[in-house]
Amino acid sequence: MPILAATGRDRIARSEGGSGSGEEENPARVTDVAVRLVQLTKRFGGDTTGKRVATYVDGAKADDTFLAVDHIDLEVRDGEFFSLLGPSGCGKTTTLRMIGGFEQPTSGLIELKGEDVSWLPAYQRNVNTVFQNYALFPHLTVFENVAFGLRRRKVADADIKQRVGDMLELVELPGYERRKPGQLSGGQAQRVALARALVNKPAVLLLDEPLGALDLKLRKQMQVELKRIQQEVRITFIYVTHDQEEAMTMSDRIAVMNKGKYEQLGDPEVLYERPQTRFVAGFLGVSNLLRATPDGPVDGYAVYRLADATAVRVPQQLVQGESGPVAIGVRPEKIRLSEAKADVAPGLNRLAGVISDASYLGVSTQYIVSLAGGGSVTVYEQNVERATKSELWTAGESVQLTWVPEHSFVVADEGSASNAAQEDLS
Amino acid sequence: MTTATTTYAGTRTRTPVGRRLGRGIGRRLLPGFTALAIGYLLIPIVVMILFSFNDYQGKFNFIWNGFTLKAWEAPLAWPGLPDALKLSLTIAALSTLFATLLGTMIGLALTRYQFRGRGLINGLIFLPMASPEIVLGASLLTLFINISLGAGITPPGLGFLPKTALSLGFTTILIAHIMFNISYVVVTVKARLSGFDRRLEEAAMDLGANEWTTFWKVTFPLIFPGILAAALLAFSLSIDDFVITNFVSGTSLTFPMWVYSVIRNALPAQINVIGSAIFLVAVGGVALATLIQGRAPRFSR
Ligand SMILES: Nc1ncnc2c1ncn2[C@@H]1O[C@H](COP(=O)(O)OP(=O)(O)O)[C@@H](O)[C@H]1O
Ligand SMILES: [Mg+2]
Repeated sequence: MPILAATGRDRIARSEGGSGSGEEENPARVTDVAVRLVQLTKRFGGDTTGKRVATYVDGAKADDTFLAVDHIDLEVRDGEFFSLLGPSGCGKTTTLRMIGGFEQPTSGLIELKGEDVSWLPAYQRNVNTVFQNYALFPHLTVFENVAFGLRRRKVADADIKQRVGDMLELVELPGYERRKPGQLSGGQAQRVALARALVNKPAVLLLDEPLGALDLKLRKQMQVELKRIQQEVRITFIYVTHDQEEAMTMSDRIAVMNKGKYEQLGDPEVLYERPQTRFVAGFLGVSNLLRATPDGPVDGYAVYRLADATAVRVPQQLVQGESGPVAIGVRPEKIRLSEAKADVAPGLNRLAGVISDASYLGVSTQYIVSLAGGGSVTVYEQNVERATKSELWTAGESVQLTWVPEHSFVVADEGSASNAAQEDLS
Repeated sequence: MTTATTTYAGTRTRTPVGRRLGRGIGRRLLPGFTALAIGYLLIPIVVMILFSFNDYQGKFNFIWNGFTLKAWEAPLAWPGLPDALKLSLTIAALSTLFATLLGTMIGLALTRYQFRGRGLINGLIFLPMASPEIVLGASLLTLFINISLGAGITPPGLGFLPKTALSLGFTTILIAHIMFNISYVVVTVKARLSGFDRRLEEAAMDLGANEWTTFWKVTFPLIFPGILAAALLAFSLSIDDFVITNFVSGTSLTFPMWVYSVIRNALPAQINVIGSAIFLVAVGGVALATLIQGRAPRFSR
């Protein structure tokens, strides 16, 4: 499983305290790195940078410090669509602003294409930003907004005209040159902001929740658009969002951030199928987490016992060496429901339960199933075999839940009291 | 009431009678009140302009005698008037320049930076506006006299000045005018800056503009309407000031002081002419400012 191997490596690279294991395995990759963060840290509020940030956080005392970004090691590959995903306040914007040059790191390094830019001012970095509120210059026309960066570099007028025109073409706003930002809709302003950044052909484009202010429909449309544009211009995108669906839709790789660190980094599928922490499991989609204790291996499978002693099997290679109590995770769509007494194929994990709630969602039906051993589990069933009202499971019916052991994942149990927690923090 | 009801009957049948009645009265009273209020504000100015065209007899331009352009043809034809006007315009121009420059910088510093004593300065800025002019005038006079005599309470650090440097006259008037103008400039500029989105400056730097270029290409154009408004205000405050100037001017005469000095013996139509001219320039300036302000972009987006 090459995918797993990759995640494993990322995990090691993350958890090391300075031994730098990520790079030496594959030195050829170094040249392909667009941005490298080394132990990047930002502490607000203290005077670690000589600057005292008075009371940004409500109620903070002058000498309270706050670790917004906590020793992050990260490599963003050339040409990839990379997302920083995490809940509000986890440090995404701060990380991005340090890369852009708007915030000085408390410690650590920022390398851009192999060059240390940690102390360069924003205007000397070959990086451009799409700001969350767009920050278009209200006194300049769309043309002059987009031309702003080129004019600073003293590009010839004819050239500017050409490139701005091309760029407005790319973002599908040709003919808008003479409008002022005040005369644009949100979606159009968004495109101008994108054009204004991309026209400079930066090594890396930083986007801070660029779609946050748009309505849902426009947001979906712009997600596709952004991905298309990224593939067309082949510039590295670092995209910040708190919306897991958005990150999953667009990204080549995602780092899931929590409290100033990232908990896991990988392809969207890997993050979804093999979350390594309780937080990641809960933040991306819905997870059923069942508290369990290990009960030794049996032919390639690790066996775990739930609270009521039901055995659950997980392929040995999915277990990362957690020895204490763990939580077995399984996604709601991976679980099959069948009659309580029906025969099931051997080798499947099997639990008994009672339907406590059914909601018909059209494409699927969502069931909440109370387990015999306590707690409850969410199950999504495609409305294929059962679709009409009479065919669907109804509350009160006894069922058994089955799933393929390979569809499980194991995360360390962080002492959460609930047996089967459904965490949908997004 | 009947008229109101019939006029509205066709279109707004559902409007309650009471509200219709209220609106009917409002419709006729409001313009009346508005006209009265505007008249109240404008009639003195109309009188001033009107009497600048008066064919007055003798020394006092009090009684309407008929239309003439003779005062407008010789607007400076009184002894002392050209000098006073020149002094006032020079002082106004210079104090506007310095006060706008300093005030803008203070305004920027106060909105941009966190520093010790910022709150205190924010409060102190209002003091010159809040103090009665007579207090400022008297204290400035005392200060200047002490400095020029090299005695008493010369503030530390000013001892190096030659004793004549601050003898009452042009310099002291200018210093006083800059002093009281700064507050107004700071307050006006700060108001414009308070809505300023710092991310616009970050965006400029992101696109390769250094601090200097960012200021001139982004910050300045966006706060310019505020600076212009501040400058106009400063100019009009300076050209008009009597109380403080009277204390610190020594033997110099500014235009308002000259007017005060002549009206005991005469009321020349030239006063009306100069007054009208200043008024027209001011109206022009305000119109210009409104035009720019009106076209000034909003900060957002
Ligand atoms: N200038 C600042 N001064 C003090 N604390 C800050 C400052 N900027 C951000 N923070 C804090 O750092 C944390 C991370 O902020 P941020 O990077 O904006 O999070 P995110 O973008 O993930 O929502 C937050 O708790 C925030 O309150
Ligand atoms: Mg943010």
